[in-house]
Amino acid sequence: MRETDININRVDWITVMIYFALVMIGWFNIYAAVYDGQVDKGIFDTSINSGIQLVWIGTAIAIIIVIMAADYRLFENLAIPIYLFFLVLLLLTPFLGKAVNGQVLSIGVGSFRIQAGEFAKFATALALAKFMERPTFDLSKPQYQLQAFAVLLIPVILIILQPDTGTAMVYFSMLIMFYREGLPQKYYVIGIGLIALVLLALGIENNLYLAGAIIVIVVIFILMGKKTPQQIIAFSIIGIVLIAFTYSLDFVVSKLPEHQQNRVMVLFNPDLDPLGAGWNVTQSKIAIGSGGLIGKGYLQGTQTKFDFVPEQHTDFIFCTLGEEFGWLGSFVVIALFVTLLTRLVLMAERQKNRFTRIYGYCVISILTFHFMVNIAMTIGLFPVVGIPLPFFSYGGSSLWSFTILLFIFIKMDSSRALQLGRMG
Amino acid sequence: MNDQRPIVIIVFVFIISAVLLTKLFMIQVLDDSFLKRAERNAIQRVVDHPYRGLVYDRNGKLLVYNNPIFDLMIVPKEFQVKDTTRFLEIFGITKEHLIETYQAARKYSYVKPSTFIKQISTNEFARIQDFLIDYPGLFIMTRSVRSYPEPVAAHALGYIGEISGRQLERDSSGYYVQGDYVGLSGMERYYEDQMRGKKGVKYKMVNVRGVDKGPFKDGEYDTASVAGKNINSSIDMELQKYGEMLMKGKTGSVVAIEPKTGEILSMISAPFYDPNSLTGSDFGKSYTALNRLETKPLFNRPIMATYPPGSIFKIVQSLIGLQEGVLTPETTFACNRSLVACHNHPSPVNLFGAIRNSCNPYYHQAFRQIINQEVSSNTYKDTEIGLDIWREHVMKFGLGGTLGIDMPNEKGGDVPSSKYYDRFYGNGRWKYSTIYSLSIGQGELLVTPVQMANLAAIFANKGYYYTPHLIRAIDGDQSKIPQEYLTKHDVGVDAHHFDMVQDAMVQALFGTAQRALMKDIQIAGKTGTAQNPHGEDHSVFIAFAPKDNPKIAIAVYVENAGWGGRAAASMASLMIEKYLKDSVSRSDLEKYVIEGKFMN
Repeated sequence: MRETDININRVDWITVMIYFALVMIGWFNIYAAVYDGQVDKGIFDTSINSGIQLVWIGTAIAIIIVIMAADYRLFENLAIPIYLFFLVLLLLTPFLGKAVNGQVLSIGVGSFRIQAGEFAKFATALALAKFMERPTFDLSKPQYQLQAFAVLLIPVILIILQPDTGTAMVYFSMLIMFYREGLPQKYYVIGIGLIALVLLALGIENNLYLAGAIIVIVVIFILMGKKTPQQIIAFSIIGIVLIAFTYSLDFVVSKLPEHQQNRVMVLFNPDLDPLGAGWNVTQSKIAIGSGGLIGKGYLQGTQTKFDFVPEQHTDFIFCTLGEEFGWLGSFVVIALFVTLLTRLVLMAERQKNRFTRIYGYCVISILTFHFMVNIAMTIGLFPVVGIPLPFFSYGGSSLWSFTILLFIFIKMDSSRALQLGRMG
Repeated sequence: MNDQRPIVIIVFVFIISAVLLTKLFMIQVLDDSFLKRAERNAIQRVVDHPYRGLVYDRNGKLLVYNNPIFDLMIVPKEFQVKDTTRFLEIFGITKEHLIETYQAARKYSYVKPSTFIKQISTNEFARIQDFLIDYPGLFIMTRSVRSYPEPVAAHALGYIGEISGRQLERDSSGYYVQGDYVGLSGMERYYEDQMRGKKGVKYKMVNVRGVDKGPFKDGEYDTASVAGKNINSSIDMELQKYGEMLMKGKTGSVVAIEPKTGEILSMISAPFYDPNSLTGSDFGKSYTALNRLETKPLFNRPIMATYPPGSIFKIVQSLIGLQEGVLTPETTFACNRSLVACHNHPSPVNLFGAIRNSCNPYYHQAFRQIINQEVSSNTYKDTEIGLDIWREHVMKFGLGGTLGIDMPNEKGGDVPSSKYYDRFYGNGRWKYSTIYSLSIGQGELLVTPVQMANLAAIFANKGYYYTPHLIRAIDGDQSKIPQEYLTKHDVGVDAHHFDMVQDAMVQALFGTAQRALMKDIQIAGKTGTAQNPHGEDHSVFIAFAPKDNPKIAIAVYVENAGWGGRAAASMASLMIEKYLKDSVSRSDLEKYVIEGKFMN
């Protein structure tokens, strides 16, 4: 064994500690979510989810040890094969997997099942890093933009086919990584503008107001400074297109599958259908909102453990935290995530190797998206998409894939002294 | 340019987190509506209904109790049956019934319980209880309804029913809520506060399917219900039962009182109804049906029907005359039938003879002595003064106003005052010849059967009475009964005046009510026949016995039964025998009363 391969001193222990803090808090919350005061079952009892999660945690630690012991070059060298392997697995899932709620997400033998969609995240991150590490790769140029998007889109399409829109959406978080790697800012401005327009168009009942606002903005642009006739025409066309877009949106929404339509509409008005599509959000908000400043106390919550909140130990695990530990508990967990993400940015920035930096930003992108969207959906700031809270939510696939995702980066970071500076 | 981008990403993460924490702060700390909604979700307030007090008769026999009723409930979502044949066998239902009720329950609610089998008997409940564990989604719900071991004394006991909207509005205590049961008539209503007990509250946690998840905060906020107090009634159930047997098929009242205490031994209103019919889920239907009947079985005659007292009132007149000093036992008048009709008897008569023979002309003349004492030279004025003094005397006998019995809706009857005649004829335009009908208990005079029984008690007690009441003790404690029933009322007539009157009442039976005579018990009584312009006269009889140390005073009023000496006296006599001797030996008389068709 090369003495340089595992250098304990170079491991970023802050990140590792935050990881374990989140995993342990998550584990306690899973127990709280499934806890039943009338049935005396301890947190270690493997007949309940907290006991099973402990098994997942144990195996995750084994995975960590394997990753840390592996050669740091392994991941870079195997990036493309790993990517292709999971693409094949994704392709096979609909044929070999087991259907749950009309979705075929997992594949496996007997009770051991894995969700290929979860693992494809780190595989895609490795592939993107491998693909983009070439010194010539420049995201400000359209042909490289297309290449990068192609690597991203293949797994996205396969996952949408399952169909698992929530997981597919996660891949678009790579836009954060693309931003760091130089994708022009104008795309983000336009993108954010369009999202704002979509939200406004869906949120405001009468499109006339929005159309009026667009016209006013276009007129102001035209009147500001001297504009050539071509510019005036261009602005006018953009204005007309935007207004048309606004009006066509209702039509587009009406063509969406009904459950997705409902999820979108419920975001703006959860009381629209409190027992149907609004149920999850309403109950989730009740659970979190009833926590108050300091919460009801550990295992004292009523909303999550009495099943008022669906999926309370997986995607809605944050409800248990909010209900039993209140705003302060939520603050602590959000602070841990923010610290983790900030730390990861610092770690990514200290890489001399472009592959490692890109991979690090992939990790940041994926974690940011999960953390942000998962909590936002539990408090009604985002439509309900079935994605877990990293390290927190119950489930082997989820915990393993986030552990692999994070620790490959920690491993590569700890070996950064050995890596050649290959910055573009 | 790219150097700033990591900072932009960090700022982005911070902004998003700030937005999340702000929104969390808004719903968790600033807005407390979520906490309330959470409590509504998971914490169920279950009212623990108290056990309503029981009613016993004076000998400790149960009159009213709470009968548990078991309903088998079904929750369709949790309901599972593996072996249908065995299931049908255990619960004794047909497959069609199973399918039908299951589908009806599903239609009502998938998760909420519906009734699967109604009103399972206690025995049946005990049998199926052990099997219930094998069938998830089935459970037993217990209710209790008022039950009556013997279907007697319906009017006196009263009934309970769901509180009405109007009662809820008037309830200032805030104790009642919609759907609560409350005493609506009889003792159930009068002693509502004692019998209802006190509701308790339990807070329990339920999950999203409504399944019980144990007490909230270990029952810290729970309060236990307090059972209602048991009532010991003064009613003698055996006597009541016997009286109702005698009154079957007749219309009228029987009221028996223990003279020394005012305790009502029996109170019969005929026609009557089975109190068991006004319980449980059939209440509404039965009530409407009873209310529609022309015979008005719900009408509580002993306290609500008012009649002219007729001849029994002559005793009151005698006592007032004696007390006023205008009559002496020797005062003699001729039976002058030109004044008022009478029947054949020796004439002239003294006071004793007048009572014994119920001589109408005697009282026409005696009453004039009471009214016109020549206090004023003006005849009209003199009559006015005399009437009001007389009225004061009469009122002291518990007439002309409610007695204050422990039942709701008591009527007071009527004893006319001078003002009444002034209004009717004009001041100074009426005199004795206008009001002479009062002398023989007719005219404007109206009394209730319970007032008549109270008169009998006054005669028995030689001048005092206790307000008649149905209560004897609360939770076995006699001192807890309302104070007004322990207060002696003096009628303002000296006791020695009663001696002669009592003797005359004993003799009266030989004259007018020979059927009522008994060999070994001396009964003092007075018949009456209240004129009824609408048909056959009403038969009236009051009595007490034994003459020395009376144990029972009784009034019997049988509508349309003709002359008082016949039906009413016979019935009173049988009741006295039943009460004093526990059994009746005169089966001929009994047969006569039971088979007598006194109604038109």
